[in-house]
Amino acid sequence: MTEPIVRYQDVHKSFGDINVLKGIDLDIFPAEKVAIIGPSGSGKTTIIRMLMTLEEPSSGDIIVDGTNLWKMKKNGTMVEANEKHLRSVRGDIGMVFQHFNLFPHMTILENCMTAPIHVKGEDKQEVEERSIQMLERVGLGDKIHNYPSQLSGGQKQRVAMARALVMRPKIMLFDEVTSALDPELVGEVLEVIRDIAENDDMAMVLVTHEMDFALDIADKVLFLDEGVIAEQGSATDVIEHSQNERLREFLSRFRG
Amino acid sequence: MWSWDRFNEAFPHVLQGLTMTVWVTLLTFLFALIFGFVWLFLRRIPLRPLNWTVTWIMEFIRSTPPIIQLFFMYLAWPVLPYIGVTLSPITCAVIGLGIHFSTYIGEIYRSGIESVGKGQWEAATALNFSLIDKWRRIILPQAIPPTIPMLGNYFIILFKEVPIAATISVQGILYMANTFGARNWAYIEALTIVGIILLALSYPSAVLIRKLEVKMNTRFDKNAVIKKIEKGVRPS
Amino acid sequence: MNPITEIAPQLLRGLQTTLTVLLASALFSYLMAFIGGLCRLSKNFLLRKFTGLYIEIFRGTSLIVQLFWLYYAIPILFDIDLASNWVIGVIAIGLNYGAYLSEVVRSSILSVAPGQSEAATALNMSSFQRMRFVIFPQAVRMMLPEFGNYTIQMLKGTALISLIGLRDIFYYGDIMRSTNLAHAPLIYAVVLIFYFILALPLIFFTRKAEEIAKKGVAS
Repeated sequence: MTEPIVRYQDVHKSFGDINVLKGIDLDIFPAEKVAIIGPSGSGKTTIIRMLMTLEEPSSGDIIVDGTNLWKMKKNGTMVEANEKHLRSVRGDIGMVFQHFNLFPHMTILENCMTAPIHVKGEDKQEVEERSIQMLERVGLGDKIHNYPSQLSGGQKQRVAMARALVMRPKIMLFDEVTSALDPELVGEVLEVIRDIAENDDMAMVLVTHEMDFALDIADKVLFLDEGVIAEQGSATDVIEHSQNERLREFLSRFRG
Repeated sequence: MWSWDRFNEAFPHVLQGLTMTVWVTLLTFLFALIFGFVWLFLRRIPLRPLNWTVTWIMEFIRSTPPIIQLFFMYLAWPVLPYIGVTLSPITCAVIGLGIHFSTYIGEIYRSGIESVGKGQWEAATALNFSLIDKWRRIILPQAIPPTIPMLGNYFIILFKEVPIAATISVQGILYMANTFGARNWAYIEALTIVGIILLALSYPSAVLIRKLEVKMNTRFDKNAVIKKIEKGVRPS
Repeated sequence: MNPITEIAPQLLRGLQTTLTVLLASALFSYLMAFIGGLCRLSKNFLLRKFTGLYIEIFRGTSLIVQLFWLYYAIPILFDIDLASNWVIGVIAIGLNYGAYLSEVVRSSILSVAPGQSEAATALNMSSFQRMRFVIFPQAVRMMLPEFGNYTIQMLKGTALISLIGLRDIFYYGDIMRSTNLAHAPLIYAVVLIFYFILALPLIFFTRKAEEIAKKGVAS
């Protein structure tokens, strides 16, 4: 059996005196597509933000490819990770945000090229070719010299995905990537995600409200409720056989 | 070198000038508040050449040194043909600095009025308010509050600018420090006291205005209100 | 008295001093602004408080007082007349406006949306790279109009250096006035116009910068 690429072990997170996550245990395997669903305020986003090092867990461990993300060994004892350690571990992780977070002062091509060149120190020529290829793949080959402000929300989000993909992550995180979009633009973004899911072999974690889509592409679905994983399993298991009252209620709101 | 004896001796002397500095600041500010309306009204007259001229006159006053404007008032005004009258140093300072600062105040008034959205004007018209009522009940109540912290900031800036009136012998704190310094060769001690007085009055005022600003923002800035609401919501 | 043939040539003698003091103090203040602004955001408590003290002292008192104070203090502090008045003028104006601009730098950096820093983290940038490639370029666009405005203020501030014996435009105007009292209004008017002409490029730069700032921020 293959080893999980990401492993959460009893992870807790609180903001002030609000306990958002109350003990998360979760394995994500290479190339696995995981969808996290649940009511808003349940801590879905926090789970992946901790993996991206944007939020520090209050307790518990997150292991990435065998290495503890938030702790490192120093003189034989485990201490809080410094930035160098975080950078060495999170290099294989990429993330796409709800509000795109494109860099407004760079063209779309520059948005894709800046990290591979400056972070990974890759060859500029090669990165440029790869970036253009990636932008063509998400259908924006004709916009590479435009600035983000000249694009629609759906286009921005597709650029954001290309930007993350150019880094060749082993794990991609999607944080409610369609929530900030006008309804008619959601489709084009989901199409790109489906394309990635079907053709790339990276692990994917999707936090989403697009229930049908999530259940369709996910190998594993997690239902997060009140800070714990209340239910997990394959899409069919979760939808058709779950006895969880809250999950059924939650699903019924989406499926009418 | 530094001497605490001279410092102690200089303190009451410099302090004598404080009343004058504060008075000149208050009078100048009042003058600027009133004169600011002149700019506001002149700029609202819908006549392009006039608008353009007024804008550039304001720009001229604003971007040239106030100390030279003071000297102009003090030394040039009396010899102007036909209208030459000698003004007291205090009058010069009040008018000279007052006009200089009125150009900033006028802009603040304008930004206040412009901060009231177009929809408010349209709604007032739709409700058939008279012109006076439109201003009195709808526009001004929304335009004035956001300008108050800005005006407060300019009051502090003015207070720190008033010492230059010492150069036309307005007997404020800086003037007093200079006379004391010259008599006892104790410039550093005397000037340090001026600095302490300015800081002691301007810093707490600035803190107060910052607080006021935050309060005003939460009352009038919808974004701030939204932010505040979002903060209360649990992160998902 | 002819303003162009008689007054202007006299005033031109002071142009070099006004311009060099403006240029040097502006550069000095920009340097102080970035040092001060970044120190205010540092994680080091002492550094933060110390910079805060510098900023509040120089913003809380007047340029003219600081100029006089340094004029008398610098020769004593450094024992001899090492520093020329030119240097004192530059230091005073530079420190004063450096304090104001520090706050501009600080608030501009803080006003870059947090999502930008998060996106940079997700691309595995180091904190230096985040600053260098993402935060700073955006913050600078927002700073530009304020830098323009404060540079105009600095130009106005340079008129004070004649008070410590520097021969700038204002100085030569004042000398002329003292021997031609009847022409005082005209002389001062020409002096003011001189300063306005120097301010014009800065005014246009500031307006342009406002456009850039508006464009650069929208994502």
